[in-house]
This record gives sequence, C-alpha cells and structure tokens, in this order.
Amino acid sequence: MLGLNKKDVGLLLVVIVLTVFAPFILNPFPEGSALAQFNAGYPDLMQRLVIFGIFAIGFNILFGLTGYLSFGHAAFLGAGSYAGIWMIKLLTLNIVPAIIASIVVAGLFSLLVGWISLRRSGIYFSILTLAFAQMSYSLAYSVLTPITGGETGLQPKVSDPRIFDAALAEGTTPRANFFGMFMNDSYELVLGGWVFTFNVGYYIAALFLVIAFYISIRIFRSPFGLMLRAVKSNQQRLNYTGIESRPYTLAAFVISGMYAGLAGGLLVAMDTQAGAERMFWTASGEVVLMTILGGAGTLIGPVLGAGFIKYFENIVSKINESVLQAWFSFMPEGMQDLVVSIFYPFIGKGWHLTLGIIFMLVVIFLPGGLMEGGQRISNLFKKKSNTDSGSGKSSPAAAE
Amino acid sequence: MEAIILQILNGLDKGSAYALIALGLTLIFGTLGVVNFAHGALFMIGAFCAVTLSRILTLSHEVIDPTKTDFLGKPLKVDVPYIYNLVGESAGNVIIDWAVPLSILFAIPIMILVGFIMERGLIRHFYKRPHADQILVTFGLAIVLQEIIKYFYGANPIPTPAPEVFKGSFDFGAMLGLEGAGIIYPYWRLVYFAFATVIIGGVFSFLQFTTFGMVVRAGMADRETVGLLGINIDKRFTIMFGLAAAVAGLAGVMYTPINSPNYHMGMDFLVLSFVVVVVGGMGSLSGAVLAGFMLGILESFASMTVVLETLPGINQIIIYLVAMIVLLTRPRGLMGKAGVMEE
Amino acid sequence: MGILEVKGVNKSFGGLQALNDVNLNVEEGTVHAIIGPNGAGKSTLLNCFIGKLIPDSGTVTFDNESLLGRKPHQINQMGVSRVFQTPEIFSDLTVFENVIIACFAKRDGAFELNALSSVASQTDMQEKAAQMLIDVNMIDKRDEMASSMSRGDKRRLEMAMCLAQDPKLLLLDEPTAGMARADTNNTIDLLKEIQEARGITMAIIEHDMHVVFSLAEKISVLAQGTVIVEDAPENIKGNPKVQEAYLGGAH
Repeated sequence: MLGLNKKDVGLLLVVIVLTVFAPFILNPFPEGSALAQFNAGYPDLMQRLVIFGIFAIGFNILFGLTGYLSFGHAAFLGAGSYAGIWMIKLLTLNIVPAIIASIVVAGLFSLLVGWISLRRSGIYFSILTLAFAQMSYSLAYSVLTPITGGETGLQPKVSDPRIFDAALAEGTTPRANFFGMFMNDSYELVLGGWVFTFNVGYYIAALFLVIAFYISIRIFRSPFGLMLRAVKSNQQRLNYTGIESRPYTLAAFVISGMYAGLAGGLLVAMDTQAGAERMFWTASGEVVLMTILGGAGTLIGPVLGAGFIKYFENIVSKINESVLQAWFSFMPEGMQDLVVSIFYPFIGKGWHLTLGIIFMLVVIFLPGGLMEGGQRISNLFKKKSNTDSGSGKSSPAAAE
Repeated sequence: MEAIILQILNGLDKGSAYALIALGLTLIFGTLGVVNFAHGALFMIGAFCAVTLSRILTLSHEVIDPTKTDFLGKPLKVDVPYIYNLVGESAGNVIIDWAVPLSILFAIPIMILVGFIMERGLIRHFYKRPHADQILVTFGLAIVLQEIIKYFYGANPIPTPAPEVFKGSFDFGAMLGLEGAGIIYPYWRLVYFAFATVIIGGVFSFLQFTTFGMVVRAGMADRETVGLLGINIDKRFTIMFGLAAAVAGLAGVMYTPINSPNYHMGMDFLVLSFVVVVVGGMGSLSGAVLAGFMLGILESFASMTVVLETLPGINQIIIYLVAMIVLLTRPRGLMGKAGVMEE
Repeated sequence: MGILEVKGVNKSFGGLQALNDVNLNVEEGTVHAIIGPNGAGKSTLLNCFIGKLIPDSGTVTFDNESLLGRKPHQINQMGVSRVFQTPEIFSDLTVFENVIIACFAKRDGAFELNALSSVASQTDMQEKAAQMLIDVNMIDKRDEMASSMSRGDKRRLEMAMCLAQDPKLLLLDEPTAGMARADTNNTIDLLKEIQEARGITMAIIEHDMHVVFSLAEKISVLAQGTVIVEDAPENIKGNPKVQEAYLGGAH
C-alpha cells in the first residue's frame, strides 16, 4: 500500500491515529480536576508538537542517516519563517503561498550552506554549520533589519499590501487562513467534565506532519536512503564502490533544510509572527536533542522526541512552587519544604536545567534514544518469558 | 595610524579571552581527543568565582553606630562587612577593592577541582565514543552548568569592578610618543592583556620545559605510542584537564571588570572560541593563541565606523566569515597538523 | 596492449625517490602480481592507480584512458574495483545491503537521486545481489550485520561487492595481510575460483610469496622504486636480481 511494506504502513497508521486523536489523547483529565494541569490538548501546544515533529523528522534525514551533525538547522527554520511572513504581508493571508515560499527559500538557503559546509566532515562540519547559523542570527538582528524586523520581528498589519486579498477594515486583526478557514478557529466538544478542542491550524499542521512522515519513510526505504546510511557507515568504501558521497549528503542536507523551512512556514501560519530568536543556536541544539532523545536514525523516534520535549517544556514550565507544595502536602511540614526546595530548581523557569540533564542522561545511558530504551525493555520481557518457558520445560525433566 | 593602534589595542582584550579559552580547548582536544562544548561554561564559572568572592568579602552584619543617628534621631544601623572585624576597616576596604585579583587565588583550586570532577566523572567515559557523542554530552553539561549559575545568581549581569587604581583610562599614545593622539585605553584592559600573556607564557613553558609537559606533548603528537611506553598517560590527562579548566577559569575571573558576568557569557564565548580553534588549526597550541589574538583584533577593526559605513554589520560576522574562508582554503587551519580530526 | 599501463612513472617525496621510472603492463584476463620488499614503493604505486597520488611524471592509463587526477569514484566507474588490506565494508549494514549498494553503484552511476522508490521493489537488483551472495557462498548470512562477520567472511563480502560490479580490473592490496594460514588458503581458493569462473583481470600487490606463486601468471618485482624484473612466476624464483632485492637490498 502506498509503496510501503506492512510494518511501515503500521507505523504510518500509528502516526495518523496519534495526530487525529491528539485532542483526546492529550486531554485525559477532566477540566477543573487537580490533574488538569497535565493536559496538553490546547491548540497552541498541539500545533507546536506537530510542527517541531516535522522539524525533527527532517533533521533526522540528515543526522540519523548520514551521521553529519548540523548545529545550524534553526537558521533554515528561521529563513522559512521570514519567507512565510513576507508572503502573508505581501500576497495574501491564505497560508498556501507562505508555506510554499518557506520551503523554497529554506531549500535554497540550505543548498548554499550545505554546498560550503559539506566540503568538510566531522567536527569541522558541525562548526561550519554553527558559524552559518550564528551569522544569520547576527545579521537578522542588525543589517537585515529591513527584511527581518530586527528585535521586534515581523507581524502582519492591516496596512500591508496583500495584493490578492480584499482590504481589511481598520482595527481588525489580520488572521491567517486556509481558503477561508482561520487557523485559530476551534471547535470545542464538551463531554461531561472533559473539554476537547479541535483546532483548524492544528489539523492542517498535522496533515503536513503525516505527509512529511510518509515521505521520510519512503526516503528511508529508498536506494537513496541506503546510500546515506552507507555514507555514515564507511565513506571510503562508498567512494571506492563508485559513489560520490557529496551529492548524496548535499541532497540530504537540502531535504532536511526544506523540512525545517516547512516547520518555519507552519509556525508563521499559526502565530503570524517571525523573529530572529528562532535562529539562535540553542534552537538548533533543541532539534538535535529531540532527534537524539527519540532515537536518531529511527523513523518514528524524532516525532516522539519532539512531542516529549515540547510537552514537558510546557508542563514543567507551568509548575510553580505552590503546585509543588500541594503535591507534597501529605508529607510532614519540614520534609515537605525540603522536598519542594529540591525540586524547585527544576521546574518553572528551571526547565532548561531539566532539559540539560535529560540531554546528558540520554547521551550517556541511552545513545539510541527512547526507541532503543523501548527495545531494551521489550527484550527484557522477551528474555524473561523465554527463561520462564524454558524453566517450565526443564523442571519436569529435572523431576524425572 | 592612531586609529589602527587604537583598534589593535581594543582587540587585545577580547583576543586575550579568545586565546585563553582556545588554548584550553586545544589542550583538551589535543591530549584527550575530546571536543569539549562545556569549556565556555568553565570560563563562566571562573567569572562567577570572582562574583562569589566579592560577595563573601562584603558579607555584612548590622551594627548600631552610636555616632550617627537617622532622621528620626534614633541610632543608625549600618552594615559592616565581617572582614572589618578580622583585619580592621582600612585593610578590609583594600581587600574588598581588590576582590577580583584576589579571586585568582580563590578560583585556582575551585577550577582545578571542577576540572577533575568533570574529567573523572564524565569526560573519561567518552574517550572512545564518537565525537558527535562528546559534543552532545558536553553541550548538555554546558546547559546544566549555566542553568545552575542562573538559578543561584539570577539572569542579570552582575557588575564586578576592578580595583580602584585600575579604574579609568590613560593616554596610551603618550607612551608611544603620540601625545594627544586620542589613544585612550582603560588600565584594566592592559592588565588583562598582560595577565593573558603571563598565563599563555606559563602554559607554554610548562609544556616545553617540564618532563610532564614533554610527555603531554608526545601524547598530543601520538597518543598510542605514548601509551605503549607504559607511561600512565591517563593520570596526566586528568591533570591536563584540570589545568585547562583553570586557564579558562582565570580568563573568566579577570574578564569580569571588562564585561559584567552573566550566566550565558560562557556560551557566547564558546562558539567564537571554537571558531578560533578551527582557524588556528585543531591540535595546534600556538595556532590557537595566534588565531585568538588575530580574530580579536580583526573583530575590533571591523567595528570601526569607516568599515561599518562601507560594510554594514561586518563586525557581527567577521569572525565566522574568516573561519569559513580559512576552513575552505586551508582545511587544517592556519597551523593545524595533518590527520587531526579527519575521520 | 595491456588494460592497465604504467609508463615512466616518477614520484618523489622531498628528497626521497619513491618511484623511479616505473613501467608496468597488466594484460587483459591475467593475474598480475606486483611484489617487492618493504619500502619498495608498492603502496605508492597503488596510490597512483587509484587517484590518491599524482606522479611527478609519467602516465597511468586504463583502457587507454588516463587515471591521473581522477577521483576514486570515477576510477571505480571506469571499471576498477579495489580490495583493501583490511576488508573495507559497511559494518552497520546487513551483508545483503552491502552487496546491493555495489549493484546500485554499477547501474546508477556516481549519483542518482532515487529517493522515493523502495529498495525492495527493485527486483532486478535484488536478484543480482542474491546471486552474488550465492556465488561467494554467503547467502545464508544475507540478513546478518556485516560487522558480525568473521575476518574471512568480511574478505569474502568485500570480494562479492567488487564482483557485483563486473569490474574490468580488480586491484587487490595485500588481500591476505595479517591472515592465518588457513584463511590465506581460503582466500587464494576464492580468488582462483573467481578467476576461473569470470576471467577477471587482477592486479595483486602482495608481500606473501606463497600467495603470489599460487595465483599470478606474471610477476613484476619492485625494488627501490623501480621494476627490476617482469616475468612468469617460474622464472622469478631463480632470478638472482630478485634474490638480491629480497635478501641484500632489504638487509
């Protein structure tokens, strides 16, 4: 089906089901209950989950397959954002041109950066990409202010030209739409104590995620994908087998750049703003983390990694001292204060500390990410049931 | 001419910082073969050693001053640093004033300890892992370290002044026989440059003239051979890491009066220092120092108004631009050796 | 007319003359060995064949086309496959994937953006790779990781990858270096089989006399950067020049 084997169709179905039912899955707790703070089923967060999922899927095509560690992919996301916002300002509030432009511009930009950076490999490659990203970031803040809006960034205004759209009345807010469906429109379903939100923007982004995931499966299973894995495994052998590795790595670089551009374009489509902070190198580090955490080189890992990080970023950032106090209120006074003060640095504004620790733990103990972790656990169970059945057979023999 | 001298001078302090950090990075990379993305964090920790010491020195208790009264006529409470009780008021004031230079003594044991813990606890286990893993784990560590500092010291820069005698500027031109040329230079920056020179000289002579240094240099040239000689190279490498950490830390300590330290200063410098190392040539100590000063000075030239008028924004990107050109034309950097990091 | 012709090749590094007017002629369909004591310039010469080094003067032609200044992948695409001293394979991929990559390289050339069709759907390539594994007796290991192979199987796999490309010339760089006697004999048998079944031209750079005399139809002896003798194996053994090069020249 769709040129995929059974296992891959299964994976694709998992992603489709997860995205379609995300408003339910992410909102398991009734509104107003104590656990409602763990809900993540609101549009803004769900949009981010899938958009960063797309970003990580793309990054994985480069890093997971070829092993080239780029520290500058946020630059492509940023370039995509700027391209998108200009389409929204100049042409129309319909997101289609914005998304096309963001992919094209990010693709061209990554072609330039990749063409230069891929002359070197290993750490040199990482530093070259980092240098490019930092350069773009600095330029976006300084000289390129007429294009990027500098520190304030860019937002659509009522007075923008928007040559394809009818003029907006003064005082209205320009809203991005997809042929008349507004991104921030939502439908709320109330079932008993539960409130589920179905957001237009989310489902459009989710559709892109499914397409992006499907394409990535195809790439992984293609001869091209095989060559990329060969690049990672042994470039020397590949060259002596008659393959020129650079066009392959460059193609992977550009494809992953286009994915990043798509993510940038979608971010603009959702929140209609673009700023240079999206290009900062910590943003590049974040996508590296998502990919590694989920499992670099696996198909679904990066999606899970992106979801995990964005979800916990949101939840952890929301927890404050009084929430902690409430959690540990069952403890005796002194102990409660102690426990709260131990956890306090990791919550709220301490999210980055938690993130850094997760990062280190994953690299140290679980270089294969969550996917490898899952594998290990399932192996453990398999082994257990194997030895169980083994002992079951052997014990009668022993009795004889 | 005056303008050129001024720009060279202006580039020296940043260049010194780049050179010191890059020197440590190269030491670690050359000896341990580890790419340490947490090296900037060591620079930052050094700076916060200075902040901490000056806070400790100014720790105060309230004392009722019988000679003064507040506006209600009650006896005035004043904060008196504990240090007054120890050494008396005037000596106490001198010590507080000299907090930053004194922090050197304070920072050396702390930095060496931090370095030891880092190497023993973490880096050691990554010698045989791929470079990508080394980058990632030290990157994670850098985030953790900077967030810890942020938690304890807040996000805002903390002004940490130089001793009174080094505040202000002087006419450097006068020393060169260019009176009134407007080459005004802050004292502390000169101090920083001199300090950096001493440290760099110290590290080089240590490596050049001691048996320890000789073994380390041999290890940098060919790790396996040295291992075969039966020399316990691992222990030496731990000490090297501590030394590199101390160099970065001291660079941070002395940098505090130039730029008020904040929690992300390490990262800001790290990215540039890596570029410096690459330009200098991975594994080349003199290359790192040379490139550090060169890029610092280049950056300051790029900030001249004349230059900015023709090439707006060039000061922001000059270092990256140079790095790209160098990497593409001289893949091994200015003074890099063959075979380093070329998997 | 040889398929690989080396004419008047000189190469020096600094003051050291590594190759001195080397002339060599590998005839099509033969097994040609290049032997010599350590430091005779064997690897320098090999590096001139494969695009790693460019000689100071002289020509290296393959099929009447110059090999000089070409990149490894271009030389491979001309029909020269190479076997390394230590087997170079894709350790992180399966045995089958290793071979099918070679098949794709032969069919699609140095680069082909074949990103949306699946490897599994390319039945002709699948069959070819499977046949190749049958030929080298490794089909039962097709889905195992290449890294888990024994040294002998790695050599076999590398050979399979080279043969899958139907090369016009197979370059073997000390194919039995560091091998136990049994593995060496297996490799000799494998090479003999291949030679008999396919008649592929082979150029072997070798140190081990046993290997050379079991395989080669012609031997060039390299000493101090120059070819001192080029002859059939039976004439090489008793040649005083060769004995001097091996015993006297190399101390």
